[in-house]
Amino acid sequence: MNTAEAAAGQAGPTSGLWQTVMRRPQYFLSPAFLILLLIVWEGAVTLFKVPEYILPPPTKIAESLFLGLQSGLFFHHFLITAFQALSGFLLASVLGIGVGALVAQFWLVEKTVYPYLVALQTMPKIAIAPLIIIWAGYGIQSKVIIAALISFFPVLVNTIVGLKTCDQGKLDLMISLKATRWETFRMVKLPNALPFVFAGLNIAIVFSILGSIVGEFVGSKAGLGNLIIEANFQFNVAQVFAILIILGGFGVSLNLIVQALQRRLVFWSRGADMQSI
Amino acid sequence: MALRKSATHLTPIPSAAATELNSAAPLIHIDRISKTYRTASGGSVKALDTIDLRIGDAEFVSIVGSSGCGKTTLLRIIAGLEREFDGTLWLGGEQVRGPNRDIGIVFQDATLLPWRKIIDNVLLPAQVLKLDQASSSARAYKLLELVGLKTFEDKYPNELSGGMRQRVAIARSLVHDPRVLLMDEPFGALDALTRETMNLELLKIWDAARKTVFLITHSISEAVFLSDRVIVLSPRPGKILADVPIGLPRPRTLDLLSEKTFGDYTREIRRLLDVGQAEAH
Repeated sequence: MNTAEAAAGQAGPTSGLWQTVMRRPQYFLSPAFLILLLIVWEGAVTLFKVPEYILPPPTKIAESLFLGLQSGLFFHHFLITAFQALSGFLLASVLGIGVGALVAQFWLVEKTVYPYLVALQTMPKIAIAPLIIIWAGYGIQSKVIIAALISFFPVLVNTIVGLKTCDQGKLDLMISLKATRWETFRMVKLPNALPFVFAGLNIAIVFSILGSIVGEFVGSKAGLGNLIIEANFQFNVAQVFAILIILGGFGVSLNLIVQALQRRLVFWSRGADMQSI
Repeated sequence: MALRKSATHLTPIPSAAATELNSAAPLIHIDRISKTYRTASGGSVKALDTIDLRIGDAEFVSIVGSSGCGKTTLLRIIAGLEREFDGTLWLGGEQVRGPNRDIGIVFQDATLLPWRKIIDNVLLPAQVLKLDQASSSARAYKLLELVGLKTFEDKYPNELSGGMRQRVAIARSLVHDPRVLLMDEPFGALDALTRETMNLELLKIWDAARKTVFLITHSISEAVFLSDRVIVLSPRPGKILADVPIGLPRPRTLDLLSEKTFGDYTREIRRLLDVGQAEAH
């Protein structure tokens, strides 16, 4: 059936696979667990005759996923959702870092806008989504705005924290050299804040997908979120699951990309994934 | 001989007397500088009390004193990092307010920028001061060679040991060719063996670069080993208790540490510190 189980069944000392499993069980435990879970799921659904519109068996979900991918249906909607999420993320990153820098660098800006930013942050942004649909329409723009709005705050807060937690010695060094504010910002404060900024970006990338989907839930013409709602109305639960798998894969991939970027750009602080939010 | 001369300084010496001992035109003149900090609760703490000190060109002067005696405050005043104080600071005959490019600083922590290669860390002051790139970079390589890190130019700070990082910091402090090198317990975080090696390195660098060095240290033997003069500060508020000229011959080697004259100096300074400590209580 599956290799892990087969290996477990014939635990001979000569079996090379089994030896590998025993030596590095951490690489096999979680896949084996997933396979076991799927088997139990499939078995239970069949055994207890659970209707497909409540919980479809894994094989049906796989079938739906395959059909949706083959027909190009998922790809079409995926592109829309992905575009919205990525545009929102980019917008949030630029604005979050920009506004964060202004707040951290200029006392007056901080005193003027920071209280409102904090107030906005504590508000559930999703609650604004219906308003934004009214203002920006059912198209792509409203989703970009919602995605940007949700992922803006983690970037903003982390940028501010990063820029403010700079070791005084490094700042003293720059002062002793009569560096300008801009030089100190560019040469010391900004690079020093990068590990924090990336912690924010890691959260923001996930939030931007969330914003895009939620926006589609509230009102849309296309996109994977729209497709989920549609499938839900038709009790096509297998398709809902298939889309969730795509979204999960998308989220994980984007997160890995941001982390790879982080390793390249913030090479000096390995494993700096402090999340201040 | 030299020790007997210093023995006359056992009692706190008036600043006028100290002045006569030093060269006519000091490079640094700390002219009756006092510093009082305001505390958050509205009170005030006096950190430095009428410090009067003249330091000549290419002189190696160390300051010893107990924790919190205002040593670092004094250094920060000379560096221009502390702008509010009473008294006047003269550098090369001119009154200075604020940071000055004739000063290089080595902090207790190497404060290297981890995202810059070693060579780019050394070049930072040249870059900020907008010095000529070609000549600065030639100088930076020469300094890295002087501190024995020539082959590490392309490494990043976290690939280096603590002692190596501090040597990079020394190279960085000299890249813009300042006349004065201020060092705030530069070897305080290093182990004893590395510290001795670093002391020798520093003497070598001082010998090659001929800078005026103003060193803060907790270690009496380090101060005696390195310096031309050791200034003893009293506990808070910091006052000059004694100005001890160190008459040990140069070049100095680690063998000096086990010699009797060396021990006499360290014992004397220890005694002065203890007297200051006792008077404060």
